[in-house]
Amino acid sequence: MRAPTGQDIAADELLLSVDDVSLSFGGVKAVTGVSFDIRKGEIRAIIGPNGAGKTSMLNVINGFYHPQRGKITFKGKTRSRMRPYEAARGGIARTFQNVALFKGMTALDNIMAGRALKMRRGFFCQMLWLGPALAEEVEHRRRVEEIIDFLKIQHIRKTPVGKLPYGLQKRVELGRALAMEPDLLLLDEPMAGMNLEEKEDMSRYILDLNNHFGTTIALIEHDMGVVMDLSDRVLVLDHGIKIADGAPAEVQADARVIDAYLGVSH
Amino acid sequence: MLGPVIETLIGGLLTGVLYALVALGFVLIFKASGVFNFAQGAMVLFAALSLARLSEFMPLLLALALSIAIMIALAYAIELLVLRHLINQEGIILFMATLGIAYFLEGFGQTLWGSDIYKIDLGLPTNPIFLFETVFPGGILVDPAELIAAIICAVLVLVLALFFQFTRMGRALRAVADDHQAAQSVGIPLGQIWLMVWAVAGLVALVAGMMWGTKLGVQFSLSLVALKALPVLILGGFTSIPGAIVGGLIIGAGEKLAEVLLAPVLIRTFDLAGGGIENWFAYVLALLFLLVRPQGLFGERIIERV
Repeated sequence: MRAPTGQDIAADELLLSVDDVSLSFGGVKAVTGVSFDIRKGEIRAIIGPNGAGKTSMLNVINGFYHPQRGKITFKGKTRSRMRPYEAARGGIARTFQNVALFKGMTALDNIMAGRALKMRRGFFCQMLWLGPALAEEVEHRRRVEEIIDFLKIQHIRKTPVGKLPYGLQKRVELGRALAMEPDLLLLDEPMAGMNLEEKEDMSRYILDLNNHFGTTIALIEHDMGVVMDLSDRVLVLDHGIKIADGAPAEVQADARVIDAYLGVSH
Repeated sequence: MLGPVIETLIGGLLTGVLYALVALGFVLIFKASGVFNFAQGAMVLFAALSLARLSEFMPLLLALALSIAIMIALAYAIELLVLRHLINQEGIILFMATLGIAYFLEGFGQTLWGSDIYKIDLGLPTNPIFLFETVFPGGILVDPAELIAAIICAVLVLVLALFFQFTRMGRALRAVADDHQAAQSVGIPLGQIWLMVWAVAGLVALVAGMMWGTKLGVQFSLSLVALKALPVLILGGFTSIPGAIVGGLIIGAGEKLAEVLLAPVLIRTFDLAGGGIENWFAYVLALLFLLVRPQGLFGERIIERV
């Protein structure tokens, strides 16, 4: 388990709370009456078997889906319907289960796209490359280069991302999310399809982000070793229902969790 | 001999500018959704019909302003009623939607404005101008209306090219075209981008409709002019604004020159009836281009790891 850090002092401060959220598509119930919270500065894992509603939960948090019931409070503000770009504006960034990059663009452009919201200069300035707009572009470029250094992807910054191997694509996608300087970072299976070495790299980036920059992270992951090592608290979903919530060791020992994963004869 | 050829070339280039104008509308929407907007031709027709009928009741400038408002309202309606509900759908679904929009607009336009042939009178000079009379016998004839159309088009293209190449808009558009969800997740407002792009495509359609309408009269066949934009796009590349221009000029000049230079040769050699080259030349040229350079002159190459 992770050593306690400075962030843990403010651990009781809530960043996000999900209250009794239910989401269904027609007759299919994706999430039923789930409540949980995410504290500022923690790494929060969401686990569960396939079809447990994990990704649906992330989609609800960042506004892709609108739950039929329940409330979501982010940074003290409660909202019922929020559009994805409003969530982004509020400081929620995410990555996707099946890498969703802008395939035709270079790694650098992809990460620059993450700065879309941070650019303030008017279109006319932008059009003519007038002073302030140019200065702004340079500043954003500098921040993006920092992210590129952090993720050690200098060598591929001019490569169209469609050409990159999967592991690197995932890293670029993380870079794009970081470019938004989010308060809450949602990672949907950041290590899926990676080999051991890539998984270790990604784990280190996630820990560094959390330790050095204090970024709050919610992640979905199937690799139990990774989840137990990285996370402060673990939420377990099964068939859209919360079956456990707590510290990794507690959750690991929970009989209901073991049943959900291994199957149980009734 | 050289005089008439140059005259044909200039005439062809000027027509090419008008092709480019139609192609431009396609490029805008393709850039922002990765989808060929089948309704662009219908939008040209609808815009031209609105302008022609409105200008019967009011001064031209007022009719133009109203038509602009109509095209913007149309873009808003399309975003609200169609596109908004198709976020995250496959490109082919969006394409089918534009097909529906095309047929609806063609019909609705005629329901609203009537289906006769209408005239748009821009009050442009109609007397042909003769250039270089000292160099070539009889000089070179240029239609001033076409010349003015070309200038208007050039200005429009320049403004659009600047807007899309040198603002962050370009990056946002490509992002939206590549992946809806990812674009939304970094905070790009999909709806607003689509609204803007369709509105601009509507305005381009209005200018194209105005120019073609002046030339041919406003009638149903105007929506077929859009089909000529296809070879233009294949030549220039679907995502490139400069490509639409260059493609338009090549097609415009090429088909006119082929008619003048190639037709007599074909008739003599193969004893054909001749004529009609203008109708197929563009498409054959596009086919050849597809074999050699499928992304077009300026288009982006699509690279995908398999």
